[in-house]
Amino acid sequence: MIYLDNSAATRLDERVHEAMVPYFFEKYAVATSEFGYSLGIVARETLDEARNDLAAIIKGNDEEIIFTSGDTEACNMALKGVAYSQMKKGKHIIVSKIEDFPVLNTAKAMERDGFKVTYLPVNGEGLVDPEELRKAITKETTLVSIQHSNQEIGTMQDIASLGRVCREAGVLFHTDATHTFGRFGFDMGQLPVDLMTMSSHTIHGPKGDGALYKRKDVPLQKWMDGGYQEFNLRAGLENIPGIVGFVKAAKLMNEEENSMVRSMRDRLMDELLKEIPDTMLNGHRQKRTPQNANITFHQVEGESMTLHLDMKGIEVSTGSACFSRSLEASHVIMGIGGNHERAHGSIRFTFGRYNSMDEIPEVVSSMKEIVARLREISPLKR
Amino acid sequence: MKFPYNDKVLENFKNPKNVGKIEDADGKSMVGSPACGDMVAVYIKVRAEDHVIIDAKFESYGCASNIATGSIITELAKGKTIEEAKKISWKDASDALGGLPKIKAHCSVLAVEGLREAITNYEEKNGLVVEKKETTVELIERRLKNVMNPLTGLDIVRGNLVKSIEIKDGVVSIVVDLPQEHIFANNIRDEVKEKIENLWDVKEVILKFSDQ
Repeated sequence: MIYLDNSAATRLDERVHEAMVPYFFEKYAVATSEFGYSLGIVARETLDEARNDLAAIIKGNDEEIIFTSGDTEACNMALKGVAYSQMKKGKHIIVSKIEDFPVLNTAKAMERDGFKVTYLPVNGEGLVDPEELRKAITKETTLVSIQHSNQEIGTMQDIASLGRVCREAGVLFHTDATHTFGRFGFDMGQLPVDLMTMSSHTIHGPKGDGALYKRKDVPLQKWMDGGYQEFNLRAGLENIPGIVGFVKAAKLMNEEENSMVRSMRDRLMDELLKEIPDTMLNGHRQKRTPQNANITFHQVEGESMTLHLDMKGIEVSTGSACFSRSLEASHVIMGIGGNHERAHGSIRFTFGRYNSMDEIPEVVSSMKEIVARLREISPLKR
Repeated sequence: MKFPYNDKVLENFKNPKNVGKIEDADGKSMVGSPACGDMVAVYIKVRAEDHVIIDAKFESYGCASNIATGSIITELAKGKTIEEAKKISWKDASDALGGLPKIKAHCSVLAVEGLREAITNYEEKNGLVVEKKETTVELIERRLKNVMNPLTGLDIVRGNLVKSIEIKDGVVSIVVDLPQEHIFANNIRDEVKEKIENLWDVKEVILKFSDQ
């Protein structure tokens, strides 16, 4: 099997698993029991250490890390938490048009609560223009949320420039870094970013774990009620095994691996574009995450391609409507100015730690064969 | 390995029968559009004396269930008179394939429509249809029977999702009994419009959801 859907989920690293195991069977207490008994103290210490380690990775402070159940919760917390706490100032937020669902659908839900949302357009390569952002900010704006990189086409935004625009305007800035965390060095001391979403599922950690970075003075309204965990900002028992696994996974990410991933990706991308006619790259060629290649194969439909690939043991995803839960074509490909045919024919290949260069020739030859075969039966063929 | 389809569907997807064009077809059609995700072209050869379909071929720009249905529907059509072939339903095609996932009903119904359109094309070419008929509520309803609710696999008419249909001066207004936020609202809107918009006397299609 050749698994190339690492932006959907990654295989857990054995070392991560090993780090998690004691917290299921031996050290299973929760941190709220720290004044009750020894196991509670162990839990508190474990949690503090994990928080400290994660803060060090992004050069932030311990009290700026809120552990969550993954990127969806972190994005909900950032958008709703900030915007609802700032309602006296205004009820306007700005997001990009090509955000992933945790941000996009949170914004849509907030519209139902009377918030005004601006969905910023992107250019043909998926980039937000900082000038456009500057123009979109009004007196009512309280928060801007623009992803660090795109989940489908891999395009990376210039978050430093976007963050500076927000700083100058006195507006808070959140970035969803689900697909860049672990792949890039973050220095929260330097970066003009107030809130940042991180996730474990994209870095060979367990699913259902992540964190929100929240700069110290940023106001945040608690929106899930319950106990007083996570600085009284996120109620619910701390998922200690998950947190331990997440932070272990984050520590294991390294530059050497990232450049390996990048070279595999580059080879696949270049060979597919060269060897199969009528193809195009989606997203920016240079400003993209190292793990992502997204290519449209014109005149053919994505679900048919993914099924043929699956029969050959190759696993990928597509922006085709037939593949999506809502039967809608990828809002990302449409957002960068693509038409339905371009979205339906798009395939996303995403690499991870367990891929190897040896897999590339098989993927390329399979794609050549499948695309030729489907074009043969397509009424759109030229 | 696990697949989202049964073996029969997979076989018809992997090795579809009757693929290609018939250059001197007696009837042909092209239905769907890249916008709805699928397109199917159907070609038929018909024996003039008894209107029996002696050959049928198809081309597909679509997903697995679309390709598999194209394959099976052309098989089912061969040897049938055009009157018999018109009656082949999505259900017949789905049964012949051993069942399709509900969510895929909308992709496969297209091949059924493609066959019917190819027959209409043959009838038109051979003077078997008379003048253009006015669009009526009944006709709209019949067309809407080809719009599937992906949650249930039932069409929106039989699934009682069509609350009202009104036609006034070429403007067709349809109310669908689903909230705007329904996961398939956009998909159903696009499909409804596509089925009605191209009728010769329809100028505009207005589709509203129950909470609009």
